Amino acid sequence: MHGLINRAIQCFVTDSYGSDKWVETTRVADLSFVEFEAMLIYDDEITPNLLDAVSQVLKRPRDEVMEDIGTYLVSHPNVEALRRLLRFGGVSFVEFLHSLDDLPDRARLAVSDLNLPKIELRDHSPSQFSLICDSPVAGYGHVMMGILRAMADDYGALALLEHTGGGQGKETISITLVETEFAEGRTFDLGARAG
Amino acid sequence: MMTEALDVLCPMHVVLSHTGHVIHAGPTVQKLRPDVPLVGRRFLEIFDLKRPRAITSIDGLRATAGTKLHLQLRDAPHTEIKGVLVAGPISGQCIVNLSFGISVVDAVTDYALTSADFAATDLTIEMLYLVEAKSAAMDASRKLNLRLQGAMIAAEEQAFTDTLTGLKNRRAMDHVLARHQQWGTRFGLMQVDLDWFKAVNDTLGHAAGDHVLQTVARVMVDETRDTDTVCRVGGDEFVIILPYAKGWDAMESIGARIIARLSQPIPFQGEVCRISASIGTAIFEPDGDETIAQVMDNADVALYASKNRGRAQQTIYTEDLRMDAKNLTPPAGRSTVDSA
Repeated sequence: MHGLINRAIQCFVTDSYGSDKWVETTRVADLSFVEFEAMLIYDDEITPNLLDAVSQVLKRPRDEVMEDIGTYLVSHPNVEALRRLLRFGGVSFVEFLHSLDDLPDRARLAVSDLNLPKIELRDHSPSQFSLICDSPVAGYGHVMMGILRAMADDYGALALLEHTGGGQGKETISITLVETEFAEGRTFDLGARAG
Repeated sequence: MMTEALDVLCPMHVVLSHTGHVIHAGPTVQKLRPDVPLVGRRFLEIFDLKRPRAITSIDGLRATAGTKLHLQLRDAPHTEIKGVLVAGPISGQCIVNLSFGISVVDAVTDYALTSADFAATDLTIEMLYLVEAKSAAMDASRKLNLRLQGAMIAAEEQAFTDTLTGLKNRRAMDHVLARHQQWGTRFGLMQVDLDWFKAVNDTLGHAAGDHVLQTVARVMVDETRDTDTVCRVGGDEFVIILPYAKGWDAMESIGARIIARLSQPIPFQGEVCRISASIGTAIFEPDGDETIAQVMDNADVALYASKNRGRAQQTIYTEDLRMDAKNLTPPAGRSTVDSA
């Protein structure tokens, strides 16, 4: 698994719960180090073990933790760069949803060895969508759900999201768009780089 | 009708009259100068044509049709812009389509452009995405490189350092000697051997021995200059490299000070450790015939002579020391430097 993924989990725990909790997590996960390097590749089995350890240390269900990771990735000021990259996907939430099909390709353009799970958006009506994503790590759909929830806020859209389960390495999220301009949303200035 | 289509397909176009005045400006190109309407102004007054050069009239401009134009805004911000001219549908008119080219990254900031300012088919937004994504990735790589560099320096430092005393080790000594040889430095080489150290170890234990070695290391560093290198090359054997050696006198006084200080009792946990030091010194002449290995051996011979004269002595190497067979073999309990 790419170091960026593990590093994201590390930053989530450290930024949200403090470095003590992170050190404890690495102990529970039986890692021999405490720092993931964003630009190195790690064994695949490390990531699910790590997620179990986070869930154990925070005493919260793993699905919930994974959704929080997704929300963190879009809304925490420390990872503002990522929110900006996602906002390049489209000028409205619906356009953003449609850009998700390209997400793994976009990620690969930036970091050539970063392989994100495949995502497919299906639109059933102008306000009804489902997102089907590959989940090499069980619960990946929950991470996507956290990302979508936070991105809807970012665009100022009101959307209802539901994880409708999964199987055979795929997970599905159902998206109901209630209102596209529900709130102000956050601005996206093309020229402003994240610091 | 025509201009409406162009506003969508290429929002950075201008339509010029037969006199070279702007008669229509696409919505994005107007954003470059939001306070001044472009319509009604001469194109070549707004833009400086950098290439092809020396074109000052609309006729000259019209003759460039189909080729790439390098333009620059005449007033600040002097954004560089690329363009191409084609004849318009009405005779005498022409259409110039513009693009930011590589200056787009600054342009989006300078003119507060948004996705809506670019045609849906324009790859500018993708390019901006890439610029940002690559910078973020590069930043992460740079951080990794810095950390690896730090780890490498730390590892090298460790590998060159004797962990007990913090002095340079034998590897570091070889490295320093090779460097001085390369530079052609004249340097003094001092072999220092502790006297009665084994007795301290045997009677007071290893902790006392370690404490003595650390004290000795501190004294030798104190008594030498920053440019000198103090190495621990064996249990109680040290080598000091003194570059730019002025003469015997300077080295002799350093040696004398080291012996004097090491001859003072070293307290350790209520006990007192008594040691001293024997020193043999030789000089490496960059222009001389002797190799570094030979100079090391000379210093050894001088050291054995010191040991043979009783302890707490120092000897400057001279050839006649080799006349005494006793000086040619190490005293009991001392390894030769080469095999230590």
